[in-house]
Parts: sequence; C-alpha cells; structure tokens
Amino acid sequence: MIDDPVAAFRVEAGEVLDQVEQGLLDLGHRLDDIDLVNAVFRGLHTLKGSGAMFGFDALAGFTHHCETAFDRVRKGQVPATAALVAVILSAQDHMRALVDGDAPKAEGDAILVRLQAAIEEASGTAPAAPAAAGCAGWKVSFKLPVDAMANGTNPLMLLDELRELGDCAIVARTDAVPPLSQLVPTECHIGWDVTLVGDIKRDDIEDVFIFVMDDMELTIEPLAADGEVAAEPARIEEEPVVALQAATPDSPTARATAKAEESVRVPAGRLDALMDRVGELVIAQSRLSQLADRGQDLVLRSVSEEIERLAGELRETMMVLRMVPVGSLFSRFRRLIHDLARDTGKAIEFETEGEATEVDKTVIERLFDPMVHLIRNSCDHGLETADDRAAAGKPSAGTVRLAAHQAGGEVVITIRDDGRGINRARVRAKAEANGLIQPDQALSDHDLLQMIFAPGFSTAATVTNLSGRGVGMDVVKRTIEGLRGSIDVQSGEGEGSLIALRIPLTLAIIDGLLVRVGTGRFVIPLTAVEECIELSLEDDMRHRGRSLITLREKLVPFLRLRELFATDTRPDPFQKIVVVATPQGRVGLVVDQIIGNHQTVIKPMTALHRDATTFAGATILGDGEVALILDIAQLIALGQPHEETLRAAG
Amino acid sequence: MQPDNVPTTTVPWNQDNQLEVLVFDLGGQSFALEAVLVREILDMMHETRVPGAPPLVSHVVNFRGRIIPLANLHLAFGMTVAVTTPDSRIVVIEIDLDGEAVMIGLRTDKVHEVATFDAVTSEGAPVVGLRWRRDYVRTLVRHDDDIVVLPDLNAIFRNIDHRDIAVASIN
Repeated sequence: MIDDPVAAFRVEAGEVLDQVEQGLLDLGHRLDDIDLVNAVFRGLHTLKGSGAMFGFDALAGFTHHCETAFDRVRKGQVPATAALVAVILSAQDHMRALVDGDAPKAEGDAILVRLQAAIEEASGTAPAAPAAAGCAGWKVSFKLPVDAMANGTNPLMLLDELRELGDCAIVARTDAVPPLSQLVPTECHIGWDVTLVGDIKRDDIEDVFIFVMDDMELTIEPLAADGEVAAEPARIEEEPVVALQAATPDSPTARATAKAEESVRVPAGRLDALMDRVGELVIAQSRLSQLADRGQDLVLRSVSEEIERLAGELRETMMVLRMVPVGSLFSRFRRLIHDLARDTGKAIEFETEGEATEVDKTVIERLFDPMVHLIRNSCDHGLETADDRAAAGKPSAGTVRLAAHQAGGEVVITIRDDGRGINRARVRAKAEANGLIQPDQALSDHDLLQMIFAPGFSTAATVTNLSGRGVGMDVVKRTIEGLRGSIDVQSGEGEGSLIALRIPLTLAIIDGLLVRVGTGRFVIPLTAVEECIELSLEDDMRHRGRSLITLREKLVPFLRLRELFATDTRPDPFQKIVVVATPQGRVGLVVDQIIGNHQTVIKPMTALHRDATTFAGATILGDGEVALILDIAQLIALGQPHEETLRAAG
Repeated sequence: MQPDNVPTTTVPWNQDNQLEVLVFDLGGQSFALEAVLVREILDMMHETRVPGAPPLVSHVVNFRGRIIPLANLHLAFGMTVAVTTPDSRIVVIEIDLDGEAVMIGLRTDKVHEVATFDAVTSEGAPVVGLRWRRDYVRTLVRHDDDIVVLPDLNAIFRNIDHRDIAVASIN
C-alpha cells in the first residue's frame, strides 16, 4: 500500500526495531532466556539484510557489528549480561537514527567500542566456550511446512546454502507427495535428506534454517567417522519449538499465531475515506427502505431489508478496522520505564494487563503524551528510593502497573504505582500558596486530590529532569477531556496512587439522545444525560422570574434551547427537560421533543463554522438530513450571559 | 471595517489569456467562478440551520456524507437571500482557505453555462459606481452583452465576522 520502497522499508525497519527493543527489555529481566536471544538475533539479522537491500549501507554495516557480537551470545560463547543488553539497547536507538538518516557516525563508533568492551567483559566471566565438536559431518533431514513456498521460502536456496557449507549429498524424500491429480503446485510435499561432509559446526547448519525453523521438521545428526549415521542417537527428532513451548508457553506460541495472522498496511486517510463511503451507503440505504416500506412491492422490501442488514454489518466492520489493541501503546512505555529506572536509580518493575483491549487508533495516538507524563510522575514522585521502601517494609523494587479494560462504551486505563502516595498536607499547602483555595476552606478528600490537575500545580520539592516543572497535570487533564474522557485519582498515603483515565472507545461515534428544538434536530451526548423529565406548566409559566426546577429537593437551573437557538416556530405544548451533568452541576435543557437514542457518527464541521462552538460536530440522520451535536460545556458557557440579559430585562 | 483593498486574489488566466468558468445568477446579477473549483451542481436539498453561525454560512447540508456549509453569497453583495425556485441550484466548490481545502455549497438562483472568458474582455472593478465592496470583486468581464462578476471568495469568507453573529443569535 506504500509505494515508495524506501518509505516501506523505514516502516518495516521501525517494526523490527520495536521487536528488538521489546526482546532486549525482556532479556534484561531474563538474561538466560535463549528464546529471547534468538528473537533479538533474528531481528538484527533481518535488519542487516533488508537494510543492505534498500541501500542503507551505514545501517547494514553498523547492524552487522551488533549482530556479530550478539551471535556470540546466541552460540553460548558469551553470556548475556545487563551491561551488554544496555549497550545493544543504545545501539538499537542508533539504528533507528540510521533508518531516519540523521545519525552521527562518531556516535555509532562510540557504541561499537562500548559493545566490544561489554563483550570482552562478559566473556571474561564466561565459562570457556564449548569446544567446537569437530566431527566428520552431519546428516540433516528436513521437511518444510506444506505452505512454505506460499510464504516465500525457497527450498532450493536452503539447499544451496547447505552446499556452501561443505560437500553435500542431497536425496529427496518424495513419500508424502500426493498423486498428480491431487497435487497443488504451490504446495511443498518434498522432504530432503542431506549428508554434509566436512568440519562443520552445528550452529552453521541451524543458521541456514533460522527463518523457517519454527514451523519445520528438522533433524541434525552427527555422522560417524566412517561417514554413516551414528547408530546410538537413533533419529532424535529435533523439535526446538515443541520443547520451548513446554518451557515458556507464552512467547513461541504467540509468535506462531502472530505469523499466521497476516496484516495489510493501509494509510489512515483511506480508512477515513472508506468510513465516509460507508456512511453514505447507510444513508442511501435508509432512503431505500423508506421507499420500500411505502410501496406494496414485497420483493423490493426483502431486497431492501437485505441491504439494510449488509450496510449495518459493513458499518460495524468498518468501526472495528480502526480499532487497535491498547498493548501497542503500553509496549511503548517499557523503554520509558527502563530509562526512568536508570535515571532515577530506582528499581522499577513494569506490569501490564488487558493489552488486548481495543481502542480507536486516533485515541491511542492522543493518549501517548499524557500517559508519558503520568508514568513519569509515578516513577519520579510516586516511587520511593530503595532505602525508603525498605524502611516502609516494601519490596525494594517499585511497581508501575498499566491496566486497561472496557466498560460499556468506554475504556478505562489505570496507572497504578505502589509508591508513597499523594501527601494531602503538601497538596493543601501548595494549593493555598497558589491561591487555588482559601486557608480555611473545607474540601472533600476527592476535591483536594483533584487539585493536582489545577494549572501551575506541582508538589515536587525539587524540580527534576523528568517531571515537576509545574506544567503537565493540567495539560494531561485537558487532553483527556479533549478526548471526551475523564481523569480520576485515588491515593492512600504510603500505599501508592491510582490514576484512572476513562476514554470513549472511539472518537468517530457517540451515543446520543436525539431531540427536536423547533424544526431543528440536535444530538445530546448520552454520557452527559442524567434524566429526562417534563417541564410542568407552572414551571414553564414562570418565564421571567427564574429558570429553576426542583428536582429531588434540589434546585436545578434550566436553559431554553428554543431561546438560545432563536427558534422562530411555536413551542410544543409539552416541553421536555433533558437534565445533563456539567462541571458546574446539573443543568436542564428545555427541548420540544425527545426523539430517542441515536448512535451517531461524528462529522467535523468546516473551518467556516469553527466559531459556532456550541456544537461539537454534526451527524447525518437516517433520512440524510443533518443534526448538530451539542457541546454541553460550551452551551452552558454561552447560556450564562444569555440568562443574565434575560434577568436584566425581566 | 477593513479598508477597501485592491483585490488580493488574482484571476488565473492561462497562457492564452483565457479562463474556463461556470456562470451563474445571484439576485439577477451574473457571477462566474473558475470551472476547476466546481465539484458538483446539485438540486436544492434539505438544509440544517446552525444556530450561532454567521449569516453568510447560516446553514449546512449533507454533501455525499460530508457536512458542508451552504453559503449565501447574496448577503456579501447586499442582496436578500432569494426564495428557492425550480431553477435554484447548489454549486459545490472546493477552495483553499488559509491553507486548508474547504468544500462550500453556494446557493445560486440559476446556473447558466460553462463559458470561456478572454482576458481582454475583463476590467478591474471601477473605483466608483459599484454597490459592492470592492475587495469582494476580482474583476468584471463583458460576456454576451452582460457584465459578469468574478467574486473574490477568499476575501468574502475571510471577512466573516464571528463575534457580531454570536451575540446577534443570542438576542
């Protein structure tokens, strides 16, 4: 889908580097996990190969050095050490810069020097490298999966590579080949028995199959001195995949399924265009069904119903296309935590949960910056130093835990740390010092904690490199609210803090309440709606005195949308009130008619209507007409001066 | 009020000093716009009023799933918005406003034809004798015994005064 091969390579290289980075971060915790070592090596190998192919020679060269160094780890000659992982991690950053084409060469050289030092240091502590078991040769039997050729594997190339290793006798096993009438030419049914003669290392043979090893049958047996297969280890089936699956059930299986599920890369703009077309289709379809219902033609009606069903399904599929698992967001924070741990000198464990929860792509992108800030806060201010933690009887490593789950039309993302929690007294002192609250003002615990989201608020005693510049939490809150979400904080002193972000699943769709004001139809976001009641005649009559109703012993102000929107038709005899929740409390909106629930595809308005801030956007109704979506906060703000003029007039 | 500047947007005559345009009618006066700007000509359709929007773009319509403003150019040229007749059409154009491509539906009283104008038949807007704001007119063209106005849409839409409108709609 991306025409420019270099751009395509950049995208792909970015993904490979992501995988390498994840592998390295995991490896930092499980230094002896050979599976991770292999995964990282494979990533480096791919990057080197495709880098050279697309003319990224600096990248290929640099990666080659890293690959060579890492190859020694893979072969067990050098143990993986934390220092080595850290160097490769920085090398990985340098590769990213090389891919983007703005990497100073000196930096790369410096990394290679550090790499060499790390390797030497590691090999110093290493057990003596296992002596290469020289032997007369190997008998290699392999059979590729049936669909190997469809996936781009060329068995002839594998055989050629084997030939390069040494003298080679190749016999094809054709016992599994089906009769000609049933043979599918793109399937691979042949197995090969290869007798390799010469002083060849087993690793070199395995290298030939490195990209296909997971799925294939492969046995490698040493030849006896006389050139025949040694008798004792009679055909030991080498099944690295199965063995590893038993040991670590998560990674290899996950990789296998990930491989099976193919994906196509599509520019987001095309998805948006498709979304528009689907929207048009749904509208055209609803016109068709209106026509069909009017006539007597049963055949037409059944076709129309069929199309209605298909259009509905198409729309739902379309929505799903835009959804990506939140795990892709979470994984980007692992590096952040790693760097934060290094910079703060604290040991930090990073845990995630619910990565499979899916959220609209746009939402994911806009969540990144606020979450970076929240995680920094947790690591920097929340988590204590190891000494403080020991004194408090906590494990020396602090934990930051990201979790996501879906709750109705929302996704709840929580960031929890087990640090010192929020110090109320300090928040209070700071809020008073900044004039946000009066010294003697009574505040609920919840309201006090919400103070941390006030502009210019920061309780960090010292400003650090990471956070605590006093900007941020208010920006975080604004960003989240811009996504039509909310942010909440809970904290027990000494027990850590929990920040919960509630975000709508998608920005493209909202559930709304469709109402009529005069001849116009409007959508009120359902998340804001608390209840709907009838405007009683006597409340209605008090036209000038006050616009207040009594709702469960409480006074609730109301706005007449007819007046606000300067509607020039006669009001309906029985006006309804939609009670909505606003930051300033409950407010009633008087409308002519409540039409019902409406799932709404939000369409933006053009720049020419940017100043009509009362509306968050517009939507197209089933009959093709346009309804405007109310922005409650803006509406209330606009309503205040209006009410004041009315009061002055009355 | 902005001073009546000399029109900023020039007319994109081609190398043969010609220009293909769509000629339409607003309140009895002929107007023309570059044919390359025109996306579609539609019959009148259901319009949705946007409370609080400037009168020049008081309504929106659904154009193939996109919500686009319906502009009343009549108001920019001191005319009242005409009643809809069987001849009324919406001319959908796409123009660049401050670096952003915007689709706008123009309410017209009648669409005449696609014509080719010659630069020699064009004259800058005279200093006197025009009822309209001079910066709204790029040039005048003599065509078929008629005088056709090439309006400056950028100047017109840039001059939407948002604040006045917001207050007006409330009171």
